[in-house]
Amino acid sequence: MHRLNGLKRIAVVMMAGILLSISAAAISGSMVVEGSKAAGMKDCVAPTMDMRRNHMDYLKHQRDEVVHQGDRSDKFALADCVSCHASKDKQGHPVPVNAKDQFCDSCHDYTAVNITCFQCHRKVPEEK
Amino acid sequence: MEKINYRELGCESPRFWTGMGVMAFLILLALVAVYHMEHNGHYVTGMTNQVVWGLPHVFAIFLIVAASGALNVASIGSVFGGPMYKPLGRFSSILAVALLAGGLMVLVLDLGRPDRLIIAMTKYNFKSIFAWNIYLYTGFFVIVGLYMWAMIDRKGSKMYRPLGITAFLWRLALTTGTGSIFGFLVAREAYDAAVMAPMFIIMSFSYGLAFFIITLMAAYWWDDRHIGDLRIAKLRKLLGVFVAAVLYFALVYHLTNLYITQHHGIESFVLLEGGVYTKMFWIGQVLIGGIIPLFLIYSPAFSTSRFAILAASFMVLLGGFFQVYIIVIGGQAFPMTMFPGKEVIESSFFDGVVSSYIPTVSEAMLGVGGIVVAMTIVAVVARMFPMLPDSLEDPDNI
Amino acid sequence: MSDCKQQPDMKRREFLSNTVVAAGAVTVAPGVLLTTTEAKADGKGVSSNTRWGMLIDTNKCADGCTSCVSACDKENGIDLVKKPEGHDDAMWEQQRPQWIRKVKLRDTQSSVVSNLPLMCQHCEHPPCVDVCPTGASFKRADGIVMVDRHICIGCRYCMMACPYKARSFIHADVAEQVVNSPRGKGCVESCNLCAHRLDAGQGNTACAEACAKDGHNAIVFGDLKDPNSAVSKALKSQPSRQLREDLMLNTGVRYTNV
Repeated sequence: MHRLNGLKRIAVVMMAGILLSISAAAISGSMVVEGSKAAGMKDCVAPTMDMRRNHMDYLKHQRDEVVHQGDRSDKFALADCVSCHASKDKQGHPVPVNAKDQFCDSCHDYTAVNITCFQCHRKVPEEK
Repeated sequence: MEKINYRELGCESPRFWTGMGVMAFLILLALVAVYHMEHNGHYVTGMTNQVVWGLPHVFAIFLIVAASGALNVASIGSVFGGPMYKPLGRFSSILAVALLAGGLMVLVLDLGRPDRLIIAMTKYNFKSIFAWNIYLYTGFFVIVGLYMWAMIDRKGSKMYRPLGITAFLWRLALTTGTGSIFGFLVAREAYDAAVMAPMFIIMSFSYGLAFFIITLMAAYWWDDRHIGDLRIAKLRKLLGVFVAAVLYFALVYHLTNLYITQHHGIESFVLLEGGVYTKMFWIGQVLIGGIIPLFLIYSPAFSTSRFAILAASFMVLLGGFFQVYIIVIGGQAFPMTMFPGKEVIESSFFDGVVSSYIPTVSEAMLGVGGIVVAMTIVAVVARMFPMLPDSLEDPDNI
Repeated sequence: MSDCKQQPDMKRREFLSNTVVAAGAVTVAPGVLLTTTEAKADGKGVSSNTRWGMLIDTNKCADGCTSCVSACDKENGIDLVKKPEGHDDAMWEQQRPQWIRKVKLRDTQSSVVSNLPLMCQHCEHPPCVDVCPTGASFKRADGIVMVDRHICIGCRYCMMACPYKARSFIHADVAEQVVNSPRGKGCVESCNLCAHRLDAGQGNTACAEACAKDGHNAIVFGDLKDPNSAVSKALKSQPSRQLREDLMLNTGVRYTNV
């Protein structure tokens, strides 16, 4: 057990490689929900990884600008997140973005971070 | 002067554990009430957009006011050099801290978003007396805590007097701040009075001492210890002065308002035609909270009766509760004059009419919970630390 | 597989300096808050060269007409706030939010009846802003008094302070909102002069628009600092007054014939 011969060593390395690529695929794979507008787009308003890491700060910054300065020119608007990322159910009704297994929930559930946005904000796109 | 020994509250007596059990049950009820109100929202309470502060605020303000007053006994002992009061200083400070904690608990749990308490701690608008009060309240805990340490630990004895003076001044500021919550509300006729802040200070003297007498006598009864007649007589006389002063300030407040023609509406509302508020004022505040206690305190027939002083203290608290209720709820129920010279015939927002407020059971449960939390803190701390003198027998040589 | 490398690389030094900045921000936050009513340096957003306000002619305000109220309810999603199931109707009437309301008055001397819409008066010196402990109640550079519901703790002190009872507390959960007016249980809110419309460049409020559409034209909305705006001209042409002028709040909403 202490010494692995060459073949076994290669096998272990390959196994590890396969496992790593599977898990990496799971991490980097798209979390965008099928049937949402975002699914058909190449990128979010910023590179995906940037959004993943920093969306909360962007949203908070935008929030203070909008509420206190009335500046709605920035691209990080929560309403846009919702209109792009909300999917529709089989009957064609929009599903709330924070519902179970929907766009927001899938990561927030995994990271155990509570989203408080939708205690007050609209959860589905507005029909015009 | 003989040496005073302090000892923890004993728990041998079944009274201690029965009392603790009852208090734990009442706290549980308060928690159930809070869950009910916070889960559903304030619609399950009697509070509305017209009467925005309800019974919880009455309890909270009552307790916060009483808290600073409860420190009086300690202040008399250390600042004004009253040897008879000095042994009671420790108990006086823990009661003050406990009452403040109970009151703040009620206040915080009635917020629309108690989960955002951290925001209240990190974001301040220094124009708001509320924001100042957050500092005054937390500062009170720290200063009285240090003061208590100086009383208990011999190492702190050098700091005893300066800390006593700081605590005394701080508590004056605290009650002024609490009174100013209302004093700054110029829009409402009932609150637009400068006398509000000093009136709150004198109210605090009276309620705080009443709380002190009740808890002190209860603690000594729980633990089968004895309080001498002389000390009781001292406390009784002090309470008498405070009760009379509260009545006097109420008189000044109403006379001032009667002088200002603009305030005649609110005055006739409270004094004559306010229905429940008028009854609360005359029967609750004046009769139960003032005249009867004064009679019990000063009548020679009751001069040695322990029951009379206890009853007087309870009545002072009850009357005080009514007084705060009239200020908080009555002041909101009375309509604001937005259109002088006009009467409101129609409004979907109840302009120009007296608002009704019927408190719900859950609000009362939360409020009572605040008092019980305060009492529990006192009981637990007095059990853990030597807060109370072994004996409060009258000294032989006076 | 290399996706993870796209993650922004937070270098240690950067992290440390960020921490220092964050600690500093927490310390000076109150000071910063006090300056938030200033206009932004980049020229975007609202500026204090504008002060929004309105003039309400009570003679033109029709008896029994509630167009402004329903327009406001729709614009700001107030009609989506539903009474909790099984709750008492009379109680809910006193608890449901109202940003604008119709008030009918009779003069005690002459018995003359007048109608007017009443809402947040957008004071220059708002008592609600003075009393708010967290700074959630604030005045924007363009004079709009509003609530930042992200930092409102629901203490209701502003409702106690407001001389016009302009504010409402949200007493129950709200199932659905409109994008322009987020709303949730436990916070206080009031008329914000349709700030979202103004920010988008539509220079009119829903209530004024509805009033004009019905042909009453009782509400004239506009920039009080622009001498050529309709509201400034209307204010110059006739005597008007503030409600509770005795409090010296310099309201942005003025009335004539009341």
